[in-house]
Amino acid sequence: MTTGVGSTEPEKSGGADLRGAGAGSWEPVIGLEIHVQLKTETKMFCRCRNGFGGEPNSQTCPVCLAFPGALPVPNRRAIEETIKLGLALDCTIAERAVFHRKNYFYPDNPKAYQISQYDEPLCARGHLDVPTEHGVTRIGITRAHLEEDAAKNVHVAASGRIHGATATLVDFNRCGTPLVEIVTEPDIHDAETAKRFLQLLRQTVVELELSDAELEHGSMRFDVNVSVRPAGSDELRTRTELKNMNSFSFAAKGIEREIARQIRIYEDGGVVEQETLHFDPAHEESPPLRSKEEAQDYRYFPEPDLVPVEPGKDLVDRLRATLQVLPGARITRIAETLSFYDADVLVTGGLDRLWTSLVDAGADPKEAANVLANQFVAAGIDPGTVDAGELAKLVSARAEIPRAAFDEALAKVGERGFSADPYLEQKVVADTAELDPIIQRIIDANPAQAEQYRSGKEGLLGFFVGRVMKETGGSADPRVVNERVRALL
Amino acid sequence: MARITRDEVLHVARLARIELSDDEVAKFQEQLANILEAVSKVSELDLSDVPPTAHPLEIANAWAEDVPRDCLPLDEVFANAPDRDGDYFRTPPA
Amino acid sequence: MTVDTLRLSAEEANGLLTRREASSDEIYRAYLDAIGERDPELHAFLYVCENDPGEGIPIAVKDVIGTRGIPTTAGSKILESYIPVYDSTVIANCRERGLRVIGKTNTDEFAMGSSTENSAFGPSHNPWDPSRVPGGSGGGSAAAVSAGLAPWALGSDTGGSIKQPAALCGHVGLRPTYGTVSRYGVVAFASSLDQVGPVARNVRDCAFLYSVISGRDENDSTTVDVPAVELPTAEDLKGLRIGVPKEMNGAAGIEGGVTAAVQSALELAESLGASVEECSLPRSVDYGVACYYLVAPAEASANLARYDGVRYGLRDDGADFREMVMKTRDAGLGDEPKRRIMIGAYALSAGYYDAYYGTAQKVRTVIKREHDALFERFDVLVSPTSPTVAFPIGAKIDDPVAMYMNDVLTIPSCMAGLPGLNIPCGLSEGLPVGLQLIGPQFGENTIFRAAHALEQAIGFDVVPERLR
Ligand SMILES: [Mg+2]
Ligand SMILES: [Zn+2]
Repeated sequence: MTTGVGSTEPEKSGGADLRGAGAGSWEPVIGLEIHVQLKTETKMFCRCRNGFGGEPNSQTCPVCLAFPGALPVPNRRAIEETIKLGLALDCTIAERAVFHRKNYFYPDNPKAYQISQYDEPLCARGHLDVPTEHGVTRIGITRAHLEEDAAKNVHVAASGRIHGATATLVDFNRCGTPLVEIVTEPDIHDAETAKRFLQLLRQTVVELELSDAELEHGSMRFDVNVSVRPAGSDELRTRTELKNMNSFSFAAKGIEREIARQIRIYEDGGVVEQETLHFDPAHEESPPLRSKEEAQDYRYFPEPDLVPVEPGKDLVDRLRATLQVLPGARITRIAETLSFYDADVLVTGGLDRLWTSLVDAGADPKEAANVLANQFVAAGIDPGTVDAGELAKLVSARAEIPRAAFDEALAKVGERGFSADPYLEQKVVADTAELDPIIQRIIDANPAQAEQYRSGKEGLLGFFVGRVMKETGGSADPRVVNERVRALL
Repeated sequence: MARITRDEVLHVARLARIELSDDEVAKFQEQLANILEAVSKVSELDLSDVPPTAHPLEIANAWAEDVPRDCLPLDEVFANAPDRDGDYFRTPPA
Repeated sequence: MTVDTLRLSAEEANGLLTRREASSDEIYRAYLDAIGERDPELHAFLYVCENDPGEGIPIAVKDVIGTRGIPTTAGSKILESYIPVYDSTVIANCRERGLRVIGKTNTDEFAMGSSTENSAFGPSHNPWDPSRVPGGSGGGSAAAVSAGLAPWALGSDTGGSIKQPAALCGHVGLRPTYGTVSRYGVVAFASSLDQVGPVARNVRDCAFLYSVISGRDENDSTTVDVPAVELPTAEDLKGLRIGVPKEMNGAAGIEGGVTAAVQSALELAESLGASVEECSLPRSVDYGVACYYLVAPAEASANLARYDGVRYGLRDDGADFREMVMKTRDAGLGDEPKRRIMIGAYALSAGYYDAYYGTAQKVRTVIKREHDALFERFDVLVSPTSPTVAFPIGAKIDDPVAMYMNDVLTIPSCMAGLPGLNIPCGLSEGLPVGLQLIGPQFGENTIFRAAHALEQAIGFDVVPERLR
């Protein structure tokens, strides 16, 4: 178990400094609640299209508008995909699952109840093993259940903020689309693990092809519960809930900030109040809006318009058979060859299968990982379109061909019929006899910079190297240029 | 357990979003108390080991295939709408 | 030829059509004329259709059943202006057979009541005695069929809303097995109890209409395939095992005239070859009403929450969403829905769920098991449908608990999801007495057969004496 609040993230995040006096004596307790939008063809309880776009309210029907008399009919595929996710999370699949009504009034909730699951969810008691640098951290999954999404409210006001709105406009297109809600045990004790868990979960649902899980589109959303307690105790103190975060690093920062705040309160002899922190995803820098939680009484009861779901062994076995090796296991396996960090980046970036192909085709594992995690990602190419053999040739020749040629080739590596050969013929210029006159000419043309460099401003080295690379059209070997600029200056 | 306090009447009225005047609170408090008195009879039975029945039909797995059907045209979507702003339903601010 | 709507059964009206003795329009107009003549006194209809399309005979439809393009108010101010943009499945089924909606009939608001006095648009009146209630909640459909304003009608039954008005108005009404008739498009009261059913002048019409509206519907997850309906022809009851639950025939509050009429019908049944034996439902009758008035309000509290003034129906002003919703619901809902919504919310709320709703669900199991056990020994159970004949308008309206006891005999089988049918079996104080036949799950054909034979033997004239 992790103690203290130290982060294991290689690049230190800009979060609050938690190593102040006494910080080591507090243990954060973090639980997550994640909603993932399933990418079925139709909604959860009606056969309206489930998808983005379309004029407001154009993807609606009597059921998702809650017209009098309309009744829900569950989507078989949504049920199956939830079971699949449950299996991927090592959950027990219920022999009998029941939909419940969760009652509350809001403009985006047209029935004034959400059909959800309560004490008989489809999936329960699972876990996700999150690989870390120091081995695997097992995060318990309390449950994964199926429910319907709400409509979209647009709060119309001059300021664009909720407060002071003059009207609420409602678009029911999203209303009733299938959502899987995943709830973790409070097994997470630092922001970095929370972030890793979320990334791994995201990759898992994407690979299962259940969801696009795009944070920016809201097809994956999560709330974080944070509390702290004296290290070594097992009490559960008052927690605050962080809502509306739209990126994993933003979440990690928010968690660290909240942990620090709670520690400060306790150390000042105060009491943490139960409240919800609403972040404004559009303005990451603005402080979260805090709201006291109104005592909710959702009056859950079994949804009488629906009958139970009894998946049966055959269905569960059939779905289990479709599961491939999951991302967590692949990180652990790849970390035997690469650093944990590289393995994590490759897998959660959806690049590890291509990496494996590159290595199989003869590329150096570390080189291949570097190229994929940097230039390849930057070029925005779909890994599925790439001929691994050609890319492997390119990776292996990276040091020998001009940078410009490499970049150009990489940009085209996803094109049909791409061949690396024309680029491999271009050779990098490493001959000092050829390079020195050019370098000297550039030094002479920039006497002021040269003087500054000599008086200790070493950062100007890059200025000269850049000029040389430009002058040579990128064909110079940067390593040699570096060396020679230093020498000639 | 048959009593219902004034505060409880106000609480359930709020939960159900029903505005009650003071006179109504008093009237409903008395009527609800009488009804609760009558329905509390269910607690007389020994129900240990009796499972609940949520539904009289003993069937499971009634579902539909994931195949789209036509949605409503917008004029039907809004045919009964009390207030509309473009293609949105409009309500006072939430 | 003149169409005598007071006397005509649906089967006979249809016969006029097929033999080309009258056109669909002539028949439709005859009923419109009857409505024009007698409905001002009875107020059976909330809306009359001038010329609904179709080639067949008319049908009256309880106003909780959604009809495309035709107002559907559920007897509530909150839906006063609501016109559905889609047909309920039962209406679609009727239209497929050419049936023409002649109008929407009065109902207690959201089908909550036993007298139709809870309609926001004023009560209906009993055709046998307009100073009395026609029963409820389907009093409008009952009065319409009884007074010859429609050859038949659709009703809906949650705890007795088809059977009890049929008893009080002296005709036939079936509450089908739960799950045999689609609820899609029907304004919901209590989803695990609501069933649409036929209201008719005789058992054959009732069976035929049931065959039209029943069957699995892909838009209602709680429907199932239904055994083929057999139109009854039997004249005797040979081999039929009738159970007579003593609690349902000796319950407190059953009027002497009611007991006597049912008793003589049972003697008639024996003479037609049935075996009649006393049996017992010890807890179903005692606890049924309490159980029902927890389960139904709990479900109703959620079902009626959608009337929030956003997408349809009444909207009252408010500074914010919450205030608008509270004012809308205060203005739009009557006292009975308010009472039941609050009871339901209370029964489901934190701290009370186990004691109320949770306990009621277990009592429901007890009721179901008691009935299941009896149907191992009997083909049908028989009792009075209503403990009393039609009571005067206003007699019980100020005492909700007394009103709830009207349904003491119809509720238990509803809780168990079982079919029940009312036939008139005689008069008491000049008013009809109803007899209820309860069958096992999917036992409609048995009920039809028994009810038809009994109906023939009893020979009750369904035309109210004062209209003959
Ligand atoms: Mg949820
Ligand atoms: Zn829809």
